[in-house]
Parts: sequence; structure tokens; C-alpha cells
Amino acid sequence: RQLRRNGGGGADGDDSLYPIAVLIDELRNEDVQLRLNSIKKLSTIALALGVERTRTELLPFLTDTIYDEDEVLLALAEQLGNFTMLVGGPEYVHCLLPPLESLATVEETVVRDKAVESLRKISQEHSPVDLEVHFEPLVKRLASGDWFTSRTSACGLFSVCYPRVSSTVKAEIRQHFRTLCSDDTPMVRRAAASKLGEFAKVLELDYVKSDIISLFTALASDEQDSVRLLAVEACVSIATLLPQEDLESLVMPTLRQAAEDKSWRVRYMVADKFSETFVSLQMYLCFNCIHSVLTIWLSDLCLLCPVSEQELVSDTNQHVKSALASVIMGLSTILGKDNTIEHLLPLFLAQLKDECPEVRLNIISNLDCVNEVIGIRQLSQSLLPAIVELAEDAKWRVRLAIIEYMPLLAGQLGVEFFDEKLNTLCMAWLIDHVYAIREAATCNLMKLVEKFGAEWAQNTIVPKVLGMANDPNYLHRMTTLFCINALSEACGQDITTKQMLPVVLKMSNDQVANVRFNVAKSLQKIGPVLDSNALQTEVKPVLEKLATDTDMDVKYFAQEAISGKHFTLINVNKLKMAIIKSEMHFNLLVFTVLVLA
Amino acid sequence: MSIRAMSSAATTSPSVDKVDGFSRKSVRKAKQKRSQSSSQFRSQGKPIELTPLPLLKDVPAPEQPELFLKKLQQCCTVFDFMDTLSDLKMKEYKRSTLNELVDYVTVSRGYLTEQAYPEVVKMVSHNIFRTLPPSDSNEFDPEEDEPTLEASWPHLQLVYEFFIRFLESQEFQPSIAKKYIDQKFVLQLLELFDSEDPRERDYLKTVLHRIYGKFLGLRAFIRKQINNIFLRFVYETEHFNGVAELLEILGSIINGFALPLKAEHKQFLVKVLIPLHTVRSLSLFHAQLAYCIVQFLEKDPTLTEPVIRGLLKFWPKTCSQKEVMFLGELEEILDVIEPTQFVKIQEPLFKQISRCVSSPHFQVAERALYYWNNEYIMSLIEENSSVILPIMFASLYRISKEHWNPAIVALVYNVLKAFMEMNSTLFDELTATYKSDRQREKKKEKEREELWKKLEDLELKRGLRSDGIIPT
Repeated sequence: RQLRRNGGGGADGDDSLYPIAVLIDELRNEDVQLRLNSIKKLSTIALALGVERTRTELLPFLTDTIYDEDEVLLALAEQLGNFTMLVGGPEYVHCLLPPLESLATVEETVVRDKAVESLRKISQEHSPVDLEVHFEPLVKRLASGDWFTSRTSACGLFSVCYPRVSSTVKAEIRQHFRTLCSDDTPMVRRAAASKLGEFAKVLELDYVKSDIISLFTALASDEQDSVRLLAVEACVSIATLLPQEDLESLVMPTLRQAAEDKSWRVRYMVADKFSETFVSLQMYLCFNCIHSVLTIWLSDLCLLCPVSEQELVSDTNQHVKSALASVIMGLSTILGKDNTIEHLLPLFLAQLKDECPEVRLNIISNLDCVNEVIGIRQLSQSLLPAIVELAEDAKWRVRLAIIEYMPLLAGQLGVEFFDEKLNTLCMAWLIDHVYAIREAATCNLMKLVEKFGAEWAQNTIVPKVLGMANDPNYLHRMTTLFCINALSEACGQDITTKQMLPVVLKMSNDQVANVRFNVAKSLQKIGPVLDSNALQTEVKPVLEKLATDTDMDVKYFAQEAISGKHFTLINVNKLKMAIIKSEMHFNLLVFTVLVLA
Repeated sequence: MSIRAMSSAATTSPSVDKVDGFSRKSVRKAKQKRSQSSSQFRSQGKPIELTPLPLLKDVPAPEQPELFLKKLQQCCTVFDFMDTLSDLKMKEYKRSTLNELVDYVTVSRGYLTEQAYPEVVKMVSHNIFRTLPPSDSNEFDPEEDEPTLEASWPHLQLVYEFFIRFLESQEFQPSIAKKYIDQKFVLQLLELFDSEDPRERDYLKTVLHRIYGKFLGLRAFIRKQINNIFLRFVYETEHFNGVAELLEILGSIINGFALPLKAEHKQFLVKVLIPLHTVRSLSLFHAQLAYCIVQFLEKDPTLTEPVIRGLLKFWPKTCSQKEVMFLGELEEILDVIEPTQFVKIQEPLFKQISRCVSSPHFQVAERALYYWNNEYIMSLIEENSSVILPIMFASLYRISKEHWNPAIVALVYNVLKAFMEMNSTLFDELTATYKSDRQREKKKEKEREELWKKLEDLELKRGLRSDGIIPT
């Protein structure tokens, strides 16, 4: 209210009345986008207002109007983290605490996290005195808030103020953290568990041993597995803090217990943190000890010795296995060639036969690690069946992932192996029923051509791609166009002009409008690769004909291509328009289909 | 969105098959077995041996309770159903024993000795409590993917069946049972609601309902834990399979709330139920959620304003499918709204409706325009036409000229006609000033731009003057 008076009154006749008027207007605008814009320019406003009015008017105003869309609050929380200079430097930085405190209690996680991030940032700008006078009381208020959100936020703030406060306050902070670790709501316990490692790092070693370890043990045996697994995560940093002789007694029992947890999620976390824990433990522990932990996990998960197929078919630990599969590959670089061949290779091979596609995929996608150490040839015979099966997996995301590794595999396995075994797969993906797969397959072809050269493309790929232009299914026909778009550059002028162009031109008579406007787009796309003669004599007439098409989108894209001046870059705005248009076209199409049905 | 819609259009309407051959089966020939999963651990490698016991009905009545306990103990043994070949005989034996137990608790009298309670709870716990198996894929999409079914269902179903009969039995005494069916038990039970198997969730729903009904001491705890599950679902994981089932139970719980509502319940509505609308998979539990909301409003109409403001705050920005759901829910709310509450909320509400009406997505526009077919809503609009018409007019007028979809344009004409009949003077006025209003809007827009420009110049000037920090 005060703002309106000062801002609207115009008493000082200075240009300084603009910002506040703008801000008020914009912050109350109905359009979220405008509110968002004005929050994003908050620093401009503050700068124009000057530090004093920012402190006395702008900040109280912001603190009062905190109820808004989360999107706006997120922007506000972020802005305030960079506001120190705008309120007059470190001396006044505590003025930023009230609005950030409110933001740290908001429900939406991203807003809260951002507020905490900003608070952490400005905590560094507080002097030790201010930290105790202003910042630490805020942390305490948050830590004893009614609703879980404020307590969750508090968890992230202990570690930033702990190192810089007096020992009495330190004791209080430790007490607060302890309380939150045994909070009533699992949300807060999760937040505390996730900050356990961070907090341990700033504590004095004695307190690590007395406080942190007991909290760690308690959280690691929480009734909720979501809390237990976060405690496991903290284990890595705790382990690095402790002297070697204490590890066995303080950390290992809990870690072993976690590795055998009845919940797969906890075991998953142990497996996921495998490399990290391994590295940090390796520094202190003799190999035997690690080995025993490994054996617990691995034998537990029926991974080490595939005695019989049945042992492997324990569906429970899919995720665990798949996490292990991805980290285990990383181990090969740590263990070296001989150890890898002796200990890990049998494991890889077993996992390549795993019934869970993710496990296989994780092995294949981390192949480059192993390749560096032992070379891919060792694996190629076992690889092939795994690849073929993944390529036909029922889940399209699995198919997508394997496509993405195709160029890498092709490079490592060589052209002959590829032609013989993998080429048909690559072509089959082009007619997949999921668009994302067809798109990825197209892109894959381009990368393969870049790898194997134009001649190879001409003999193996191009004929098949062009053949699809006569398919009764219009989506297949469009795939031909998409492939041509992708391949023209890699194939070069000769192939593009002589083989691809005639097909594209012929398709300009297609009965489906979507195909026709994609012809126009393709012509625009491959234009730069064609020679000017072909452009003038063949392409231009066809485009001119399409520009008079009955369908408005075909017309649009044809004109777009013609005006593209030798088919160079199109301007971005037009492209956006084109996208909007093509979506509209699609809406129409859907509508028609619905009406017909 | 367009891709998904395209493929679904291709699969759902056979008439376009000839042009559009991407039917699901055309490419996929890989075996699609119905996936099954179980998290029951293989406890031991060697086969399980249970000594067959006589049937309960074959022993004299005084010996039955003893035998009943023995059978319960036997049924604590859990089998591995992922291995379809192992322990076949014993699996069948356990199945028939469970069947017998189900019948026994239904018809027998005097079997429920005090010693039986802990044994029953132990047997149930051993069988149903387990860490649920991971979903078949990380990306499990309950709308598209088939759920993974629980492999051990042949036994599990009977255990649930038995437990429900036990809870419903006339001899069942909550005062004894509460020693065993405690908070820890309930907590584990609630976690099972995440099961992917809809059959299991259905049984759980009944079990939890019975427990809520019979154990007064656990009610607050159950509500609090459900809160926690929902909050985690909304703000942390976005993944929990049993939301619809839990909401269904809550629907009947809310129904039984005493008036005036406690602060705890109002907080639950505003801080938990409303934010549930933000979740991506809303469609899976929206009907149950809307039911709960309407239940609340029927109990206490003064909650209407915070609820509608909450919905407006979380109104979907990019997901048309969700927008349609929101509009549906809003109509349900409007159906029960009190005219005094309506007046409080009409302005922000109709600003949103006017945005929906002008959505380029015809299903959104259509759903919003259907409000005008609802007699009660029409009567509310009519009473307040002097407020609502000016809010709606610009959008309606513009769509009547510009919308791509002829059906929408036709609907808009009807709405305009209705407004004209309601308040012809205001209507004529708005029509007359439409153009100048638009121009005024444009001018305002321009002014805003200039203002910002001036502001930026100012910043630049000051920045130059004092190197970023301005002395006051």
C-alpha cells in the first residue's frame, strides 16, 4: 500500500517513479507470463529504485505478495539469491531473509529447493555476527515449523552455517539436525538423510563419530526404505571422513546390512553407488575386505556364479542387476585387463543373456569402457544375439536406446560384420510403428553413411529407402522423404541428383497432402546439395505446381521453398509458424478422422 | 502429443487402415507374454515339505482350535511362484488349506480363541508383506502398459480373502486384535497399495476399509499416513499405483466427517487433495479425486472458494487432456455450488473459462462451452450476467470469427445467442465497444513496452553513473 502511494504519487517528479508503478502493475497482471517477466527483471527495478527503497519498500512488498503461481515464485527465489549488491552489499544482506524464508516454506519442491539454494548462497555473504543474529534464528524457525515443508528446507541449511558459528550455537544446530533425523514425517527424514553426508563433512571428527554414526545407523534402519536408501548414499562421504581403523567397526556393519536389505530399492542404491563406495573404501581397506562385500552383493543377487539358469531368474532384483550392470562395466578400467578377463568377462557374458532388457542394454551401452581395456572382438559373438533381441524389444525406449548405440557398434565391429548381421535391423526400424524409432532410425542411417561412405550407401541403403516411396502406407512414404533429407548431404551431389531427386519429384503427385508438403520441405532441404541446372529445370517447376495446390499447407511450404532463395536458411520465425501450421493441419486431420469415424 | 495421437488414431479407427498401416501388431511379432512378477524371495534351494494335516471338519470340535492354529502356522510358508515347476504338490496343499481356512472362518463358531489372533496376523503378515517388485520398466505408464501381475496370486488371493472374512467375522473383537493390528501393521499395509496388480489393490481397499471401520484408535494414524503417501507422490516421486484406491476409501471417510470440519481435515483438502491435481497421471484417479472434493464441498460450502482458487492456481498450462478433466471437475463443483459462493469466485473463474473457450484445442473449447447446456450453471450465469458477460464477450466474439473448428463456432454462436437473450442492452453495448476496447488494449500493451524500455534506459544511465550500485 505504501508502495502505491510512493510510486503513484509522483511527488519527487523523478523518473524513479516508473519502476515501482511498472512493478505493481505487472505483478498484478492477470497474465502469468507478464508477472513472470517483471519478476525476472526484478534486478532492473531494484537498481532503478536504489538500495534504500529496495530494502524498505520493494522487499517488504515482495514478502507480502508471496502467494502466486509457482512459476513466478521460482523466478523470485532465484533472483533473490543474486540480490546482495542491490540491497547495499553484505552489510544489508540479511534484508533478503524474510522473503526467502516464506519461499522456503512453499509446497512446491522446485520453489523450495531454489529458495534454499539462494539462502545457502547468501549465507556466505553474512558476517559471522549476522549469521548468528539473523541467519541461524531463521534456520531454527524453519527447523521447528509446523508444516513439513519448512522442516525439509531447514535440513539443507545446517551445513552452511555450522562452520562459522560459535560452539554453543553449533551444539544447538547439531541438536536440531538430530531432531529432524527422527522427525515424524518421512518427508523430513528423507531430507535429513539426504543431507547427512554433507553435514558430516563440516562436523568435527569427534562429532562425526559420536553423532553422525548413530544417526546414520538409525536412518539406515528406518521403517521406510526410501529413507534407508538415502542413508546408504551418505555412506560414501562418511567413509571418506573416518580414519581407516574405525571404518570396519563404524561403517561396514551398516553397509553390509544395506547390501542385504530386504528391499530391492536399498540394494539398488548400494549397487548404484558401487563404484564410488568402492573407490572411497579402497583407499582404506584391504582388497579382501572389499571382496567380501562384493561377494555378499553378488552372490546375494545371483550374479557371480550362474550355476543354473534358474538362479538367474529371480525377478526381484531386476533394477539392482541393471544398476550393477552399468557400474560393473566401469570397474574394468579400475581392475585392468587381466583381472577384467578373469573376473568380469564371465559376468558380462552372463548379463548379456539376462532376461531383463535393461540389464543387457546397460552392458551394451557401456561397452566403450570394456573396449578400451580388452577390445570388442572378445565380446562380438555374445553381443550379436543380445543386440538382435533388444532391437525387437517390445518397449520402444529400449529399441530407441539400442539404435543410438548402433553407430558406435558399427564402428567397432566393422563394415562386414555390420552388413552381414545388423543391416536388416537398421532397415526394419524405418518402418517401426513408433515415430520416435523411425526418426532415430533415419538419423542412424545418416551416421552410418558418414562412417562407411557414400559408395556403401549407394549399394546397401539407398535402394531400400527409395523402394519405400511406393509403399501403400503414407507414413512409410514420408519416411523415404525424411531419410533423403538426412542422407543427401552425406551421399553427395551425384547420388542425390541422380537417384534421390527423381523419387522426390515423383512423390509430388501423392494423394496425401502430408506427403506433398513434405516433398516441398525435402526439396528445400536437399536444394543446397543439387546442382543449379537441376534446380532450375526440375525442382522449380514442381514447386511452382505445388504452390497452386488445393491444400493450404502444401501451398505454404511450396512457397516457403521457392522464396528460400536457392534454398538457404529459413528464418526462425517462419519455421515456428510452419510448426504451428503443421500442427493445425494435424488437428484438422484428427478432426476429420473423428468426424468420419 | 501429435505423435501419440497419430498412432492412436491409427489403431483405434479401422476405417483408415488402408492408408495408415501402422497398427500395433504389424511390426511387433515378438512374443508378448503377460508379464508376471513376484518379490517373494527364494528362501531356500531345497524343496519345501509340509506334513499334511487332517481336515478341520474331520476332527471333534474341541480339537478344532488347536488344529486351526497348526494350519495357520503351516500357511506361513511362502512359495516361489516365479519357478513354476518347484514344490507343485506343496503349493497345491497350501492352496487347499487356505481354502479350508476361508470356509472355516466364515461358518464356524467359537474358533476365535485369544491365541488365534496373533497367529492369524502372523500368517497374513508373512504372506502379504513384502517389498513390492520393481516395475517392469522405469517408464511404466499405467495408462499404456499392462500391469505386472503378482505371480503368487493363487495363494495371495486366498490369504486376503481369509483376512477379510476374519475381520468381518461376528466373533472378531477389535479390543483383542488391536494388540496385533497396530500402526506398524497398517504402515506396511499402506505400502502395499503401490502394487501394480489391480486385483491386489482391490482386496487391500476392502481390508483397509474394514480396519478403519473397526479400529477407532488407528483412524488418525491411517489418515496421516495416507497424507504422507500423497505428499510423497505429489512432491517427490509422482509414482504410486494405489492413489485411486486410497482416494476411494477417503471418499467414504470424508462422508462420515462430523461438522464443523476439523482444521486437520481442511488442511488435508487444501494442502493434499488440491495439489494432487498437479500430477501427470491425474487421469488414473481423477474421478475419485473429484468425488472427494465434491464430498468436502457438500459438507462445508464455505470451502468452495479456496478449492476453486486452488484449481485455478494449478490449471494445466500445456496438457489439454488434463484441462478437459479440470473442466469436468469444475462442472461437478458448480453443480453443487451455492449462489452466494458462486458470486465470490465468479470473476477469476470465468476469466479461466474464457481462456478455455478460446483454446485452439477443440476438445477443451467444447468442454467449456458445454457448461452452457447445464441448467443450473445457466441460471447462475443469468443471475450474474452483468459480471460474466463482459469477461466472456471478447473471447466469444473473437472465436466466432476465428476458430478453425466449425463445431466450436456453432457452439459459440449458441452461447452468444443465449447471452443476447439474457441481457440485450449490455450485449449491444459490448458489441459496439468491441473494436475500441481492442484498440485500448493494444495501446496499453504499447505503453507497457515503452515503460519497460524507459526503465531499461534508466538502469543503463544509473549503471553508468555509479558502476552498478546507486548511492541514494
